[in-house]
Parts: sequence; structure tokens; C-alpha cells
Amino acid sequence: MTVDEKGSAAAAERAPHGANGGHPHQEDYEPVFTGEVRRELDELLTRYPTRMAALLPALWMVQHERGWVSEAAMAEVAEVLRLTPAYVKGVVTFYTMYHQHPVGQHFIQVCTTSPCGACGAEEVVKAFLEHTGCGELGLTSPDGRYTVIEVECLGACGFATPVMVNDEFIESVTPARVPELLAELR
Amino acid sequence: MGFPHPSHPSETPLLSEHFGNPAARSLTTWRSLGGYQALERALGMEPSAIVAIVKESGLRGRGGAGFPTGMKWSFMKPGDGKPHYLCCNADESEPGTFKDREIMRWTPHALIEGCAIGAYAIGAETCYIYIRGEFTEPLRAMDAAVREAYAAGILGANAMGTGKRVDVHVHKGAGAYICGEETALMNSLEGRRGNPRIKPPFPAVAGLFGKPTTINNVETLAAVPHILNRGAEWYKSMSLSSPKSAGTKLFSVCGNVAKPGNYEVVLGFPFKDFLYDVCGGPLPGRTFKAVIPGGSSVPIQTMAEAEATRMDYEGFVEQGSMLGSGGVIVFDDDQCMVKLIARLARFYAHESCAQCTQCREGTAWVTRILERIEAGGGTMDDLDTLLNLSENMTGKTICVLSDSCAAPVVSGIQKFRDEFEAHITGKRCPMGARAAA
Repeated sequence: MTVDEKGSAAAAERAPHGANGGHPHQEDYEPVFTGEVRRELDELLTRYPTRMAALLPALWMVQHERGWVSEAAMAEVAEVLRLTPAYVKGVVTFYTMYHQHPVGQHFIQVCTTSPCGACGAEEVVKAFLEHTGCGELGLTSPDGRYTVIEVECLGACGFATPVMVNDEFIESVTPARVPELLAELR
Repeated sequence: MGFPHPSHPSETPLLSEHFGNPAARSLTTWRSLGGYQALERALGMEPSAIVAIVKESGLRGRGGAGFPTGMKWSFMKPGDGKPHYLCCNADESEPGTFKDREIMRWTPHALIEGCAIGAYAIGAETCYIYIRGEFTEPLRAMDAAVREAYAAGILGANAMGTGKRVDVHVHKGAGAYICGEETALMNSLEGRRGNPRIKPPFPAVAGLFGKPTTINNVETLAAVPHILNRGAEWYKSMSLSSPKSAGTKLFSVCGNVAKPGNYEVVLGFPFKDFLYDVCGGPLPGRTFKAVIPGGSSVPIQTMAEAEATRMDYEGFVEQGSMLGSGGVIVFDDDQCMVKLIARLARFYAHESCAQCTQCREGTAWVTRILERIEAGGGTMDDLDTLLNLSENMTGKTICVLSDSCAAPVVSGIQKFRDEFEAHITGKRCPMGARAAA
């Protein structure tokens, strides 16, 4: 038995049905992994020799369905994959792309690492903050539509400044293009 | 073709031949262009014969380390009774590098074919392609291509009708530069935090899921079908310099340059011609000041060094830097080196996995000191402190993220010390409002 299998089995014993706080069974929590989503996860599990390996994909499925990854969702993922909620939270907090809080309807990430910085990325950030009404990085606009953050290298440095809006990747953004891009989102 | 610019006459488009052609993404078109012929041939060969050809070709890893690919494959012991794995590293996150992105978004089947051949050659039935989560367009292209390949019987339990199993799965990352480090990538794939592992054991002994594993970069694997189709001798003969540097290499060019984009040249190409001719030189009215030639983790070159460089593994080292990932970042005379280096340090501080003290503390302190100097609040002692910190961040940690943060800091202070001193003595950025914008 590998360490993995031991860990998973022990975890399943310790928290058989989300007993720890009962997050997945909170009355207002609708489970994600039912019906089609559950079938999708089951198919995914056939690709890996351990259940734990499906953790990142399962968290993506949660974020796709709910827009963010709540503590209750982490507990549900833990139960489904036979891990502990604490373990899942440890993984969620390692990666930058899982939202641990609700974000604006349009989550805008502007690359400002040095190559883009040398091509005027800071001006692009300013333009987004101004035209979305967010005011500050990381805050959501009062109408709940936008959140703007700076992001580290998006891997599209030859197309400065690259910007991600949710799952859409936009190349060569200049401050002048910002109002038009935002208008397209409305 | 060529993307975003038509191929330059000095280029040798092998991997980039179909960049910019959306039709090349489809299996039908890809097959009409000769796709999957190499895989078909490979599946009829002994795995050891494929390893021998790749060894003979001189192909070296294109992700940064430059390790000979055939030799890496030969570390996988056949018939050991254990499952073997191939991981394709598509976590391209090194600032200045965006070549794997273009391979995946324009020619996804080229990568699948390379992965399938690589997996078969090392005795693996499964290859995972680990793609960074931000690469939404490459992820869509790869997902679609993998589905097509399964539907056509190219992948699966009976790959190309040979009775051999080859599975290729796309795995999406979730935002962490460090997962491009091979052992962190394996931890991430296993559903863990992306902390690098101590080596040994090396991945070929105990890698993914504790089993023998090989990790190869996207560009490396995409070159393999060409080598099988046209032979090791042909590939090896493509060199403008030494036999240690064979084949073509994609260079991503960004920063203050007239024509940013990806360019593919035979190794050994003169860097001066590359920068001033192929990439169009500086923007109008400007002059080049510095180049980081291999992604942000390699030392900065002065223009004198860059202009004397041969673009191959040894050539960059001889001129004070490294080929690295081939991410060429160009800065012109309008840029403040202190500000750019401080921003790079902030990148590494943000991306440190925080496992090793030297890295967790070092990257944060280096960033704070550099930002203080940039803001006009630095002292001459700060420069010694930076060099001292950098020394303690080099060669002392589990992986090389810490070393990578130190490289631009040390080379920046050595080669552009006057700019640092001007910030300290003038108590402000001498570039004034221009660079402060």
C-alpha cells in the first residue's frame, strides 16, 4: 500500500460523512457533485490511479458551477475524494486561480510582470480601475459586475498587455481599448 | 505561415510552420500535412530503437535545462514490472516565454503525436499534459484535439490498430509558476500543493505516483515526430555552431522591440542579426539597452554581450547568460533597470512556494530593498546587502526558484551599477516621470 492509499483510507475513516462540522450537509448548501457533474467526475477518476489526483479538476468543476470555492464546497470535495477538508483547503490556498470569496461577474486579470510592465501594463491597470468603478485592486465594483487584479506573467509577453476576463484571453490591450472592451462585456 | 508575423527568410520554420493557420488544428488537415505518420512508424519499432534515434539526433530539452532528451529517456528501465509515466510540461510560466502556448493553440496534434511517441519509447501507457490554468485557448485546442485522436483510434487501448495502449490526458493547473518545476508538477498532478521534491530519488526512479516518470517540455516533444520522419542525421546537421547544439529552437521575443513574437531559427544563429533584422530592431527613435535572453531566470546581458552571442546552449553561457527557455526580453533606453529588476523580484517573491527559508525570506527581502532603492530611499550598503542575500539564495534550496530570483539581481547590479547608484545618490529615479509612469 502506498502512502497515498493509506492517507486516503485513514481520511475516509476519520471523516466518514462530513461529520467534522457537517459542512456538506448545511441546509442551504446544494451539493455540486450530483447528476451530470458527478458522472463527469466519475469519468475523470478513471484517468488516474488515485482519487486524490482528481482534486484540482474537481475544484475546477466547483468553481465552474458556483463561481468560487466555498468552505462548504471544499468539504464536499473532501468527502467525494475521501480526503479531509483541511487537506483540501491546504491545496486550494496554494493555487491562485481558485476564488476563496465570491468575485465580480467579470473577473479581470491584467499581467504586470516586467516584460508587460516595460510595455505600459500599469497604464492598462489604471484604465480598468477607472472605467470599472472598482477603484482599488481586488475590490469588486459596487454594482457587482467587476473585480480587477494584477496577475503574474500570463505567458503571452509578445502580446503585451494580455488580459484575462473570466475564461477569455485578450491580447495586446492598450488603455485606449479598455472602454470598448468593457462595453462588449455589458 | 508564421504568427503574429509571416516567417522571416532567416527562419527555419519546423515547429512553427503552421502557426497562424487555424485549419492545422483539425485532425483531417493535420493528417493531410503528414501528421501521425511518425507515430504509426514508431509503434512498429522497438522502444529502444526510438530512444537510440532521439539520442543520436542531439535533441536537448527545450524547457530550460537543455538536458539530452534521448539520454533522459534511456534512464527509464524497460521491463521493471512497474507502470511508467510521461508528463508533458506545458506549465509555461517563465516571464518572457510564450512558445509552448503557440504550439498548443495552432498545432495541438503535433504535441499529441510527440507525447504518444515519447510515452511508447519510455514504456509508458499514459501521458499527462499539464497545462497552466491561464492558458484557456491552448486548453480548448488540446482538449478538442485529444477527443479527435481518441475518436479516430489514434489514442486508446488499440492505438492506431497496433494493439498497444497509449493514453494522453490533459490536466489543467490552477495558477502557480512553481508547478513548471518538474517535481512540483508531479505533486500538483497528484492533487497536492505544488512544492518541489528533494532529489534523489530522481523522477526516472520514483516520480509520478511513486512510479518511474519522464518529464519533457512541449517544444521538445513536438520536435520528436520530425526526427522520426526525417532521421537523426538530418536533425543533427541543423546547426550553425557546435554538434552539442542541434536542431531548431523557438525564441519568444517581447519587451521594447519592433516585432515581438515567436521566431524559429537553427541553433547557432547570430543573436545580433536576430535582434536587429529578424525581430525588426528597436522601436523608432530608441536604442536597445539590455536583453534577458532565456526567460527571466537567466542573467541579464549588456548589448555588447548580446551582440557577440551565438544562439546556442554554449554561446549564451560564453556571453554571461544562458539559453534557458528561449524567452528573449528586450529593454530599451527608455526603461529603468532598477524598476524592472524590482518587479521581477516581486514576481519571484509572489511565486515562492515558501518551503525553503532562503527562498521564502530572501525573495521577499530582495524585493523590499529593490523597491526602496527604486523609490529613492536606498543606501550604498543596500547594494552589498542585495549581493549578500543573493549569494545565500543560490545553490541552497530544494529547487532553483531562489537562484532564479538572484540571477537578474546580481547581473543587474554588476552590469548596470550606475543606475542603482544614481537612484541612491539622487534619492529618486533618474528616469523621472517617464519611467515612473
